[in-house]
Amino acid sequence: MAAKPKLAVFKFASCDGCQLSLLDAEDELLAVAGAVEIAYFLEARTQTVDGPYDVGIVEGSVTTEHDRQRIRDVRRQCKYLVSIGACATAGGIQALRNWAAVDEFISHVYARPDYISTLATSTPIAEHVTVDFELRGCPINKYQLVELIASLLKGRKPRVPEYSVCVECKRRGTVCVAVAQGVACLGPVTQAGCGAICPSYNRECFGCYGPKEQPNPTSLAAHYAEAGSDKMHLVRLLRNFNAHAPAFRDASDLVESGAASGDATEAP
Amino acid sequence: MTEPEQANHAHAFLLPDQLDALIERLREQGYRTVGPRVVDGAIVYRDVERADELPHGYIDTQDGGRYRLVRDEDAGAFDHVVGPDSLKRFVFPSCDTVLRADLQDGSWTMTPAGLPDEPVAVIGVRGCDLQALAVTDRVFLEGPYVDPLYEARRRNMFLVAVNCRRAAATCFCHSMNTGPAAGGGFDLALSELADGFVVESGSAAGDELIATAGWPAPDTARLEQARAQTAQLEAEMHARDGVVRDDGAMSRQRSLDTEGIHDLLLGRLSHARWEDIGDRCLACSNCTMVCPTCFCSSVEEVSDLAGEHVTRERSWASCFTAEHSYMNSGTVRKSIASRYRQWLTHKLASWHDQFGMSGCTGCGRCITWCPVGIDLTEEVAAIRD
Ligand code: SF4
Ligand code: SF4
Ligand code: SF4
Repeated sequence: MAAKPKLAVFKFASCDGCQLSLLDAEDELLAVAGAVEIAYFLEARTQTVDGPYDVGIVEGSVTTEHDRQRIRDVRRQCKYLVSIGACATAGGIQALRNWAAVDEFISHVYARPDYISTLATSTPIAEHVTVDFELRGCPINKYQLVELIASLLKGRKPRVPEYSVCVECKRRGTVCVAVAQGVACLGPVTQAGCGAICPSYNRECFGCYGPKEQPNPTSLAAHYAEAGSDKMHLVRLLRNFNAHAPAFRDASDLVESGAASGDATEAP
Repeated sequence: MTEPEQANHAHAFLLPDQLDALIERLREQGYRTVGPRVVDGAIVYRDVERADELPHGYIDTQDGGRYRLVRDEDAGAFDHVVGPDSLKRFVFPSCDTVLRADLQDGSWTMTPAGLPDEPVAVIGVRGCDLQALAVTDRVFLEGPYVDPLYEARRRNMFLVAVNCRRAAATCFCHSMNTGPAAGGGFDLALSELADGFVVESGSAAGDELIATAGWPAPDTARLEQARAQTAQLEAEMHARDGVVRDDGAMSRQRSLDTEGIHDLLLGRLSHARWEDIGDRCLACSNCTMVCPTCFCSSVEEVSDLAGEHVTRERSWASCFTAEHSYMNSGTVRKSIASRYRQWLTHKLASWHDQFGMSGCTGCGRCITWCPVGIDLTEEVAAIRD
């Protein structure tokens, strides 16, 4: 075999939780380290190797002009570019600023607002450069990350399903909190990957993995509203870690404007 | 496992506290005993070791996208109906390893999964679910290919059925001819009376259990009462035209007109209602996961990082996902409407062509557990109009 593929991990605006998922994969980490050259991963080692890299993993969203330039440079250095986590794939929780006046936040939070240079929005990596694969989640699932690395090493498609959280929920035999308790759960519009953890602890899904393939959040929200959920509760549910993901963003705007309520569950 | 129908099976009468003796007998014979239990606000199948673990005094009220347990002092151990679980979980688990492959010294060793050999007795099975088992038997056992994992689990089952004396608003077994009486395919069938249980055997294994337990035969009055109460429920279901209010919520009582349904559905593939359903349906797959006859699975290879240890995993899949109809040119059924249409026309129409029976038993699970309450009986009625 030729030289080991060079892996680089880059951080943008994020909490580091997704990178930690890789460090958290203790059992697999040695195998990863054996299979790839960890060339650039500041969270794990201070020593770095210059690019180009075979695989670049990007955590975090773009929130500054500097980020905007840097992500282009990162893209140029990486053969495959993979964005991981809700920040990198949807703008993260910090994308809530996309509905607000950022200057006001800055003036409230920072003693010297004039030191702060930031964009008005938080945006996913794919809005700036071409991304080869997106791994969802807040944080990502370490098994999916290992699966992704394994698939890149073998040159095959990663086994990362795009169907709903409900599929995982039902497979594990959890009683549905939406149906049995009347709690507004985002599982039916959210992509699987977490293993339906929250419903198994009797809590609703908060949408950490972002919209599933062909989601229908307006129908779901209309149904919950009709069953008695407060409109603003539904808006906040949709505007969580994946607030800026187009399907959740547009549905939350519709619900907020009142356009999504109505008789979607009634027979005409 | 249940044998074909034989005449003159044994009958018995159990006092209420003798349910424990039944469970005990099954356990002595080596069965893992499973039955209905209250878990997280619903009645699901879990291990049961004592009769007092059964949901005495609970009924379930069900409607589209809505399920609530209600305390009812008059309710017996089996006055609830079906929950999100079904026998499917026990004959066709949601995830199963079918093969292992290990690379050692440059060559692969393939090891098929061992056949499961745990005998399971399920208590509280309803007529609709016995029919569902007949459907999955047809699929997994009676076609040109026999599924060895299904077969091994199925042969090791002992089924204690219950003749329903109460139905939920979502039940429509009467329309599908599958209930509310347990029609056959059970080892024992219970009818719950105020002062005990009439037990009817449906197999040699059931006969033997009754004989060795030494339970007395029921008197004619009790036998008659057992038959009458389920017959009365069935008559009420056939006369349905209203709503019930069990827990403060209104729930339309379902029926399904199956007259000419095969040609009706397959002849109206362009009906506007399909698109209307597509606007409401989430393509979340809950209906297919809870349906006791939906049998689709996907088989995937799961490997370790080095690619030296691989397991072949089979898990429940759904025709509501994009990947289900993915072929080399892409997803064939692109719209949600087309996926719902595929599901419903298969269930109620093309299943007859494929398997010589309906794919629907009238259990109502897909109605209750659909997060937005899409109701196939209502959709069929709209397409019929
Ligand atoms: S609890 Fe949520 S994720 Fe689970 S089946 Fe219900 S709606 Fe789907
Ligand atoms: S289609 Fe619905 S009612 Fe029919 S068997 Fe399946 S879950 Fe039950
Ligand atoms: S019919 Fe209901 S349960 Fe089935 S996929 Fe559509 S929304 Fe989900």
